[in-house]
This record gives sequence, structure tokens and C-alpha cells, in this order.
Amino acid sequence: MVNRVVTGAHYGLRDWLVQRVTALVMAIFAVVVVAQLLCQPAFGYDTWSALFSGNLMRTFSLLFLLSLFYHAWIGVRDIVMDYVKPASIRLVIHVLVILALILYAIWSVQILWGM
Amino acid sequence: MKFRIYRYNPDVDAVPYMQDFELNMESGDAMLLDALMMLRKQDDSLGFRKSCREGVCGSDAMNINGRNGLACITSLSSLKQPIEIRPLPGLPVIRDLIVDMTQFFKQYHSIKPYLVNNDPPPETERLQSPKERLALDGLYECILCGCCTTACPSFWWNPDKFVGPAGLLQAYRFIADTRDQDTASRLDNLEDPYRLFRCHTIMNCADVCPKELNPTEAIGKIKDMMVKRAV
Repeated sequence: MVNRVVTGAHYGLRDWLVQRVTALVMAIFAVVVVAQLLCQPAFGYDTWSALFSGNLMRTFSLLFLLSLFYHAWIGVRDIVMDYVKPASIRLVIHVLVILALILYAIWSVQILWGM
Repeated sequence: MKFRIYRYNPDVDAVPYMQDFELNMESGDAMLLDALMMLRKQDDSLGFRKSCREGVCGSDAMNINGRNGLACITSLSSLKQPIEIRPLPGLPVIRDLIVDMTQFFKQYHSIKPYLVNNDPPPETERLQSPKERLALDGLYECILCGCCTTACPSFWWNPDKFVGPAGLLQAYRFIADTRDQDTASRLDNLEDPYRLFRCHTIMNCADVCPKELNPTEAIGKIKDMMVKRAV
């Protein structure tokens, strides 16, 4: 039994809401991509690269990836909050996860716009 | 009838163990609590709580064949044998089926489970319309037996920080009450990644509630109110 309860960070609603919105974006993206692929006469590298050649699809893909990274951040943070009890180690893991996700976001832009 | 019951007396036993019991009786209309009371005649060291024996006081909550429930309103005929009985999970065991509910009630008290109204009390009672009163149905019936909260993995993980389904159901009971004037600070009190948002809507609470209440729904309504005031 813990006598002194240390809570009251006064955040959580935004993340909870973002988690739902990003999930929706990912779901719509998945449906769009699958529908696009099903409409193609043949599958292959050409089909794939043609699909992502337009700026609209690239922008939508980036929106999907950013949603994925934000969604992943909340999910991973929740897991770390449950399993990693010492606050210092938790903070280090949180920082590493955020840095990795930011790097992934930069990398995504490079991949999508072929820099 | 065959029983396997969790036994642990910290003064005597180094570790908990399961003890087999047998009872010569037909299940008939009898409830599990009737059988437990007969078993206690066999072995008077068997520890469990009970009081009203009709599902009102919430004393005899326990884990029955892997599922939390009240022994007094669980009919023996509905249970597969050997009936395995354990204390409520996630709380310290005092002895056998008796658990220490202190942490559970600490969380309950943290949501201020009482009406806050700073207006001078009227001559008679503070009135509500029938519709306003209806909003409390499905909330006020909670008997605080602890079945839901101790079935919740988020509470097992963070019992000191997560309020738990029973506490959150009661939190919403006072948020939903039109006579209460403390709504804003009640929502502030719950706006926390641990206190409220550890709920991941797995609905174990609604599944086990012996009064068939739905804490998950109440938690959803608290989140709805937070969204409404934020956007």
C-alpha cells in the first residue's frame, strides 16, 4: 500500500483525443491504399512507384506516417509507464523514443520526396 | 460438491496454498455463500467476509472460478466443479479470502464522494427534475464491493495512481448530479495520465459487476465532458 500518492500531472485528454484522431487517419489511409492497389490491373514496382508519384498521395502518406509516429509515441509511453517504475529510467526511455520518432519523421520525408 | 479454496494465514503459513474441501449437499437453489458457511463449520479457521448475504453490502466479493463476484448471489448450480475460490486479485491478503481494501477506498475517497454545494441549504431538500434524477441511474447503485476494480489490469499495475472503475463510476455519479457545483474541479482532479487515462476500455469492469453497472460507460462520459469543455 502506498500512502503518499503523487499524481495530478493535469494532462492526458489531448493525447487520448490525438490517439483516436490518428487512428482514424491511419484507417482511412489503409483503406485508400488497398482500394488503389485493387484497382490496378497488375502489381509490380511500376504500380507501386506510380501510386506514390503524385504529390497528393505523398502528402497523404506523410500525414499517415506522422499519425503513426504520434500514435506510436502515446502507445509506447503507456507501456513504459506501466512497466518501467524508476522515473529516471522512464524519462531516458521517453526521450530516446521521442528522438527516434522525430528521426523517423525526417527519414519519411526523405523517402517520400526522394532527397 | 468439490471446492478448492485459497488459504493463507500470514502468522502461520510461509506461502499461500490451495486446500481441497468436500461438501455433502445438492446445489439446488443454494448460493456459494451458503456452501462457504457450511465449510466453515468443517474448518472454523476458514476466513471470509460476509454480512447481508443478499448482494447489498458487498462484503463477500471474491474470485470464483477465475471471475470476480459476490458469493451470496452466485448460485452453486451455475459453477463448474471443483469450485476454485480465491481472494480478490491485486489487493494484499489479510487472511484466506479476506483482502485489505484500504487502497481501494483511498482511491474512492480521492474523488470526493459527496455532494459539494455552496448555496445555503433550502428549507426542504434540493430538488431535481425527474430527468435530472434519471441521469444518476446506473451510477448510484454501486455497493463498492471491489469486483470491478480488482478485475482491472490497469489497477493491478498502478493501484496507487489509477482511480479504478469503481472510483471513476462514483466520480461520474457526482459529476452527473445537477445539485453538485464542483464539476470543474472534479474534472481537473481526473485530468491525469494515470488517474483517468490508464483506462484502456477493456471492459473487465462491466463484465464482472454483480449489480450489472457499466463503469466503462461512465468513464467514457467523463472523457466526453472533458472534450466538451476543451474544444
